[in-house]
Amino acid sequence: MDTQGKSRRSFLIDSVAGLGGVWVAANYPGILAAEDHVLRAAELGQADKFVFFTPEQALEVEEMAAQIIPTDQTPGAREAHVVAFIDRALVTFDSERQADYTQGLEDLAAQARQSFPSAGKFSDLTFDQQMQVLTSIERTPFFNLVRTHTITGFFASPVHGGNHDKIGWQLLGYDDSLNHEAPFGYYDALPQPRG
Amino acid sequence: MRQFRPQEEVDFVIIGSGAAGGIMAKQLSMAGFSVVVLEQGGWGKYGHEWDYNKDELLQRNISDEDRLMSNPARQRNTFRRTDREEARPGNHSYGSVVGGGTVTYGGSSWRHLPWEFNEASHVGTISGTGLADWPISYEELEPYYTQAEWEMGISGQRVDSPFVAPMSKEYPVPPVPMKSSGALFYRAAAKLGLSVVPGPLAIITEGYMGRSGCVNCGMCSGYGCHVKARSSSAVTVIPLAIETGNCEVRVRSYVREISTDNNGRVTGVTYFNAEKQEVFQNAKAVVLSANAGESARLLLMSASNRFPDGLANSNGVVGRYLMLGGGAGASALFEHPLNDYKGVVSGTGIVDYVPSDPDRGFYGGGRMTSRGYATPISYGLGGLSPDAPRWGAGYKQALRDESRHRMAISCFTTQLPLETNRVDLDPTVKDEWGLPAMRITSTSHPDDIKNMEFFRQKSIEVLEAAGAKSVWAGPVRDSTGGAHNRGTCRLGDDPRTSVVDKYHRAHDVANLFIVDGSNLVTGGRNHPTMTIQALAFRAAEHLVRSARAGEV
Repeated sequence: MDTQGKSRRSFLIDSVAGLGGVWVAANYPGILAAEDHVLRAAELGQADKFVFFTPEQALEVEEMAAQIIPTDQTPGAREAHVVAFIDRALVTFDSERQADYTQGLEDLAAQARQSFPSAGKFSDLTFDQQMQVLTSIERTPFFNLVRTHTITGFFASPVHGGNHDKIGWQLLGYDDSLNHEAPFGYYDALPQPRG
Repeated sequence: MRQFRPQEEVDFVIIGSGAAGGIMAKQLSMAGFSVVVLEQGGWGKYGHEWDYNKDELLQRNISDEDRLMSNPARQRNTFRRTDREEARPGNHSYGSVVGGGTVTYGGSSWRHLPWEFNEASHVGTISGTGLADWPISYEELEPYYTQAEWEMGISGQRVDSPFVAPMSKEYPVPPVPMKSSGALFYRAAAKLGLSVVPGPLAIITEGYMGRSGCVNCGMCSGYGCHVKARSSSAVTVIPLAIETGNCEVRVRSYVREISTDNNGRVTGVTYFNAEKQEVFQNAKAVVLSANAGESARLLLMSASNRFPDGLANSNGVVGRYLMLGGGAGASALFEHPLNDYKGVVSGTGIVDYVPSDPDRGFYGGGRMTSRGYATPISYGLGGLSPDAPRWGAGYKQALRDESRHRMAISCFTTQLPLETNRVDLDPTVKDEWGLPAMRITSTSHPDDIKNMEFFRQKSIEVLEAAGAKSVWAGPVRDSTGGAHNRGTCRLGDDPRTSVVDKYHRAHDVANLFIVDGSNLVTGGRNHPTMTIQALAFRAAEHLVRSARAGEV
């Protein structure tokens, strides 16, 4: 399930290889974190554009979102740039929820460390470990807030930063043209027995 | 647009510009009377309807400027089940824009059936309820139903059925295209021996009176119509009223009081303008069309030495017999995609259970309507079948599997008028203007709840007969507010038991007319708008005649 993460890491290792093996080995975790953000931001097409989140927070939120709507044979919350949507939400219509995220992410890291003492933060965990941690907090207000934001960002109009390439709408088979002609579906296209 | 000065004594002030107020404005101004319409909301996208928002996120986080409905955080209200309870903050909301609730409603335009006007005589009075005959008959109202259908622009198909009101004339435009949920209704009805009819809708399906037909965008109920296909007051009667040069629509005008003199006659209306400054508009007569909740509240707020219990309320009936509306339903998944998010909210109805049937053991009836399910965000947040996971791989798979395959049935059911169900003034909570908040007290009659349960079961039966793969239905719930409130200023011949006479004149006040959903003696099957519109055309015709004769 972690193919996305693996491919990203191998890309990073390739990209810094020219700097010399020793240096890379010594600084690997730090580079990984920084590069990871740059790469993520590049993937999002919005380098350094988070307004509320620090790059570290953005990574954690995105890992959560990618658990809520994972990437399988079709793109999920990660590819839909849901984290960019949430960042925007937190400085616009949902700005009163900022503290919930700040606190919630700290609690999430604590929960991750408690369950898996070797982990520093939630994003250090494997996909299955993350799922285990989220399952343990799935009734908390913070999880429900992130769930609501993730789903909202996945299905809101792309102009709000999420639902990139209409990934969310494609999943539903939703045609957003706002102009439809009958027949609309399978049953009304059949010959009709009226009355 | 013609503008009047507040000092000028206009012939009529109309409070509210919705289903009834818009029609009153047009009829009175076309007859040559000077009219000021006071609307608490804004213009919306009046005249530039193509700008109406179709963005679901914006809709869910709407700014006060863009709001088309009242905001319970500003137009505060409270709710309690009985008068032994402390009322808690309520979520009642109503149309608050030029055109009122007709700007955003689903558009259902069912007539009351002939026997609904004297149902008490048919089924007998029911102890403990205010079930009563209307002072007018279906035959008296029928021409005005036809007038409303043709002037507003209603799509539909006249049918010959004991469960549908007879019509003297066909609808002006044909019904909306049948959706898959409608086709499944026909499939179930064929098996169960039920009757399905295309729903009459205030949504035109082809060019009519300078407007063009519905494009089936799917962002319908709750949203303004960007192609003007929804036949709201704002795109039909109000432009005609303004065009006469006799009518001013004054927005952001939040009425505080209908003022009276020592002779007990109305002299005008005091309202807060957009800057929350008080303005007094002089008028020879007032038409109150603010909806059943707000009209009653305003009468109660207009108490004076002469009218200590509120205006038009010497008998204490104002605010009572409130009917909030009942409902029930079920949802189902089908094998093939329905794509029911396209098109209008609801296109067909099963009508066999409209009448009450003593064999069921309780009073009640209703209409079953077919519909799909919602727009993407609300679908993702709460549209999946009850056993679907809330997140993760299973959640995503359920979204994929279910989204286009869901259909729902929504039933609109009777609610008996009870004296104890009412609108009054909250003793402590104030709205944003410092006025007493509307307090709603409501508990449905036990028969209403039994009826809802009956319709819940029927919904499950119909979906199963239609071949659903899975069916689910939440428990029935008594209502707490909403768009269909009716009954707080009943029509009646007897001044002891009603608020207005059969021509909508307040029994207590000769130059005060109340015309809106508050007048409904019985609630119909919870589809009130067409009857409100027909009543308005009838009331206006009589009011024009009386005013010309100097009898106002």
